[in-house]
Amino acid sequence: MDWVNAVIQGVLVGGLYALFATGLSLIFGVMRLVNIAHGDLIVLSSFLGLAIVTGVGMHPLIALLIVVPLMFAFGYALQRGLLNFTLGPDILPPLLVTFGLSIVIQNALLEIFSADSQKLPAGALQTASLQIVEGLAVGVFPMIVFACAIAVIAGLQFLFYRTALGSAFRATSDDADTARLMGIDNRHIFALAMAISLAVVALAGVFLGMRTSFDPSIGPGRLIYAFEAVIIGGLGSLWGTLAGGIILGVSQIVGGKLFPGADQLAGHVVFLILLVVRPRGLFPRAVD
Amino acid sequence: MAETAQYRVATATRTSRIGLLVLLAGVVFLATTPFWGGRAEMRLVVEFCYFLALAQMWNLLAGYAGLVSVGQQAFVGLGGYALFVFSIWLGVHPLLALPLAGVAAALFAIPTALVVFRLRGAYFAIGTWVTAEVYRLSFAQVSELGGGSGMSLPIGVIKAVAGSRSERELVVFAIGVAVAVASTGIVYWLLRSRYGLGLTAIRDSEAASESLGVNNFRTKLFVYVLAASITGFIGALIYLQKFRIAPDAAFSLIDWTAYVIFIVVIGGIGRIEGPIVGTIVFFILREFLADLGSWYLMILGLVAVVIMLRAPQGIWGLLAARFDLHFFPVQRRLYLRDGRPPGSR
Repeated sequence: MDWVNAVIQGVLVGGLYALFATGLSLIFGVMRLVNIAHGDLIVLSSFLGLAIVTGVGMHPLIALLIVVPLMFAFGYALQRGLLNFTLGPDILPPLLVTFGLSIVIQNALLEIFSADSQKLPAGALQTASLQIVEGLAVGVFPMIVFACAIAVIAGLQFLFYRTALGSAFRATSDDADTARLMGIDNRHIFALAMAISLAVVALAGVFLGMRTSFDPSIGPGRLIYAFEAVIIGGLGSLWGTLAGGIILGVSQIVGGKLFPGADQLAGHVVFLILLVVRPRGLFPRAVD
Repeated sequence: MAETAQYRVATATRTSRIGLLVLLAGVVFLATTPFWGGRAEMRLVVEFCYFLALAQMWNLLAGYAGLVSVGQQAFVGLGGYALFVFSIWLGVHPLLALPLAGVAAALFAIPTALVVFRLRGAYFAIGTWVTAEVYRLSFAQVSELGGGSGMSLPIGVIKAVAGSRSERELVVFAIGVAVAVASTGIVYWLLRSRYGLGLTAIRDSEAASESLGVNNFRTKLFVYVLAASITGFIGALIYLQKFRIAPDAAFSLIDWTAYVIFIVVIGGIGRIEGPIVGTIVFFILREFLADLGSWYLMILGLVAVVIMLRAPQGIWGLLAARFDLHFFPVQRRLYLRDGRPPGSR
């Protein structure tokens, strides 16, 4: 039963990793941009949540109503004001600019909030669990996170394939120049993609803060998990990203059970093995 | 045939000859530190030298081979740990352990490359970072090497370098200056060789270079392993100076890769002079701003962002374009027999 429990925990953590990864996957799909500051933006959202929760005294889940729109707006502004200028045939500018941004965000958080470990108080939700069978209980909060991950991915899937905005996303992704000829404003479309990406990041950041303690230095680690989930799942496939998150989560928790203290290492090793065996991921979609 | 005889191909220019003299003066200035400076100055110069050497290696990867690695800390750490393993476990003389650390880093670089080369562009960057994390977490698991808290070089090994403290510092200093000069020289030599032509071709167009007979994979692998090996040597030297190693510091992204990236971007990526200018600027900024703590890193990050957006060729790129400066001429230029360069300039 211990092992079943570990696998279930791993799957549920995988939902959180999928939320980390979805935003990364989305902007890569639309504009071939890899945002190195992605992990730090997740942690920035956790701290935004913290500031609101401690400042106003509301529950973190309600604080989402403020953090998500804030990060959405920040994403739009960031893309329009900075990142749009880095896009082009050369991969160095976006890479190095987001790398610089990552260092700036990390150190700004360090300056404002200090290096202390923080946690978002989740109240009764923290410990609530559902007993499935004798000796096997599943936390309510991890299940909420997992359900949110599925809902977000289903929502994005709908947005991409059933709406006019989705067509615009796919058109700019396929051929940005032709899309412009058809009257699509690339700068606006890219900014909207980044805005949606950061709205998901906001959700992931607040959930992260409710689940574990966080400090300004953990951003890069979250970026790496997100990246691994994207690559395992296959570039461009959102459901693949969920599968990637789950594989990573299960590898970490089962690995940590087999070799205590080596949970992170186990996740990385499984990722590297999959990269060698299936370099294009499990459900590849994009050609790039 | 008679037509071609009127031309000659040359790489050197007048400014490159002047530049060479300026650089020689700089090297002499650094190398004579023991005569004019004290212990602190010597330490600073060694640090300057290994940052310059690390920057040359990262520039070779990112600026010439298109391999933007965010995981070079892997090889600094591997080199550092190799020094400890060779000198403590195998009883190798620490100075012999430095080149062996370079060999060890190269041996680790080959399987690493086979994994990360499956990723392209920015994904390659994060892939190298993951492998560096794997090395960091793995070394933290080895209790014989002190696990997560690390270990120190035993006094016997330290004494084996040289008898007295000042002699040891002189040895580390000499190797440091030599590494900085050698790594700059190696990059220069490489770029003027056939490999350099291949690298430039790959940088400009992977598809075209492959179709013209450049083996992209082999060229990139060679450059990656070479850079890893020299980075490993530098790592061993760094920890021969520090005496103490721990996984988090040895495989630190900020110390061994982020600073180095900022140095190259600020100085000028894809130019040999870039890392030199960048390292000088980096040390000047650090001298004035290091007391600001996290503000220092924020400013450094912002400067790099602004340079990447406004002047992607870096400080040296701006100067070179303005004054036609080429201290390290790797471009081949065509001249008429009577000495006039064809066309303008």
